[in-house]
Amino acid sequence: MYGGGYIGGEETLQTNQDDPIALAEFEARIAAGDKIEPKDWMPADYRKQLVRMIEQHAHSEVIGALPEGTWITRAPGFRRKLALMAKVQDEMGHAQLLYSAAETLGKSREAMINDLINGKSKYSNVFNYPAFTWADVAVIGWLVDGAAIVNQVANSKGSYGPYVRALERICYEESFHLKQGHDNVVFLATGTEMQRTMLQEALNRWWQPLMHFFGPSDTMSVHTEKLMRWKVKMASNDDMRQQFISMYVPKIWELGLTLPDNELKRNPLTGKWAFADPDWNLFFEVIKGNGPLNKERLAVRRTAEERGRWVREALLKADMKYTVPFA
Amino acid sequence: MQDNIKQPLQQFMLQLADNLLVMGHRNSEWTGIGPIIEEDIAFASIAQDQVGQAWNLYQLLESNFGFAHPDQVAFTRNEKEFYSSHLVEQPTGEYDFSLARHYFYDLAQLLRYEMLSHSSYEPLAKLAKKFHGEVKYHVFHAQTWMKQLMDGNEVSKARMQSAVNEVFPFALGAFESVEGEEVLIAEGIFEGESTLKDAWMQQVGAQLLEWGYSLPQLAQPVLGGGKGYHSEFLQPLLDEMGEVFRLDPSAEW
Repeated sequence: MYGGGYIGGEETLQTNQDDPIALAEFEARIAAGDKIEPKDWMPADYRKQLVRMIEQHAHSEVIGALPEGTWITRAPGFRRKLALMAKVQDEMGHAQLLYSAAETLGKSREAMINDLINGKSKYSNVFNYPAFTWADVAVIGWLVDGAAIVNQVANSKGSYGPYVRALERICYEESFHLKQGHDNVVFLATGTEMQRTMLQEALNRWWQPLMHFFGPSDTMSVHTEKLMRWKVKMASNDDMRQQFISMYVPKIWELGLTLPDNELKRNPLTGKWAFADPDWNLFFEVIKGNGPLNKERLAVRRTAEERGRWVREALLKADMKYTVPFA
Repeated sequence: MQDNIKQPLQQFMLQLADNLLVMGHRNSEWTGIGPIIEEDIAFASIAQDQVGQAWNLYQLLESNFGFAHPDQVAFTRNEKEFYSSHLVEQPTGEYDFSLARHYFYDLAQLLRYEMLSHSSYEPLAKLAKKFHGEVKYHVFHAQTWMKQLMDGNEVSKARMQSAVNEVFPFALGAFESVEGEEVLIAEGIFEGESTLKDAWMQQVGAQLLEWGYSLPQLAQPVLGGGKGYHSEFLQPLLDEMGEVFRLDPSAEW
């Protein structure tokens, strides 16, 4: 799964230092719906932005495995235990696919993981919140994965071949995650009083992070326009948020659950949803590393990297050469 | 089925299932924190097979032996009524420990299922054939890593050798006979833990030497799990596993 509204970077883009003829050909190919492949010419900004984006996506899968991973050992009953194991395993598999896709652009997996644990690269903010109860796992599985699908389906129509191919496979698996999350939510929503309360409380906790999920409202900067023209960014944050709300809010209400936003309302004329603006100061605080669990998430990842270092070092052979994976 | 067969047979299957469940639970703990992503994925696959096999066995105990629902059996019992070995309940530890345990355990499972696929108790033979197809890949995975870390550097060699030495007494203790095993042997249901252990020792010995390990000293097997005597590690594991289910065991989760 992945949080959209990838973070930072646009302001650092260098505009137009590329060969204008190559650039025109490149843009014509994209406009014609061609996919760009690793060995093709591409503008420096395109490469830079894609590395950043795919890398953040990969990190989000790795860090995203942590809040749910700790519930594998507590999942109630065989069905849930097996489903959650398979689901979190998929997330790690997505990370593997995505690191490979990003490597085709010239950054090694090791360099990416180092940047993750030293705080240089970001991952989706949504994973900096705790999963207190089993119901949080249900809400994550349904709604965080649901939000991720909105973002990933959009990106799977993008222009970079390796990323698009990885995303097609990821979306296919995510659609099963969504089903297991929904099934889990339905059992809690139609269960005992204790189960319903647990679910409602989890939903209240996750609503604001979900509204933050797609990132702040887009200012249509020059860069955003360029990234959309290059099919790196495929949908605006606001459009994706609207799409998510219109897909899921009716389903949530149908289950007799409530959402902690009194302004949530669909305009019958435009079909657009009104909602309370979430606290964006909080969003930026969490990005800066001041969310409830930023430090813990990175500490767990750092420990895992340190504990596993001897294994990776043992696999290195003196005559080995770095090879870029196929993707 | 006569009681003198039924009793040891159901105990044998329960012990097998308990071992699988606890082993799968432990292996699943690597998901998200493995040394490389590929190993998170591999351990998660193995864990799913093991928990799935345990589930199948509890289902057989429910349908043919009158046991409670598999979720009740697995998620509500405490350590005294759990028959898993000390091998599987040991904490995950570092990757070297987990890998050595995985190798010893899954090689034993492969041989066990080979034997059981000829069992005169048809439903068990059928399951064993299915499980055997899964465990083949577990063993292949374990052997690949046991070998390549012994081929690695000085650190990995030393770590793997000491992990093998550390796990070995626990592995020996995972061949614990159920009461009345002689009836299972006489009835052609199972050839017995001692025969299984001999076959396992032969393979373990040959393979470890081939990969450059020293054979661990024959140690006193750590027994007791099959009789409900456990280390301090099992009850906390069971508390964690049942934490949500036990909030309301009559609820549907």
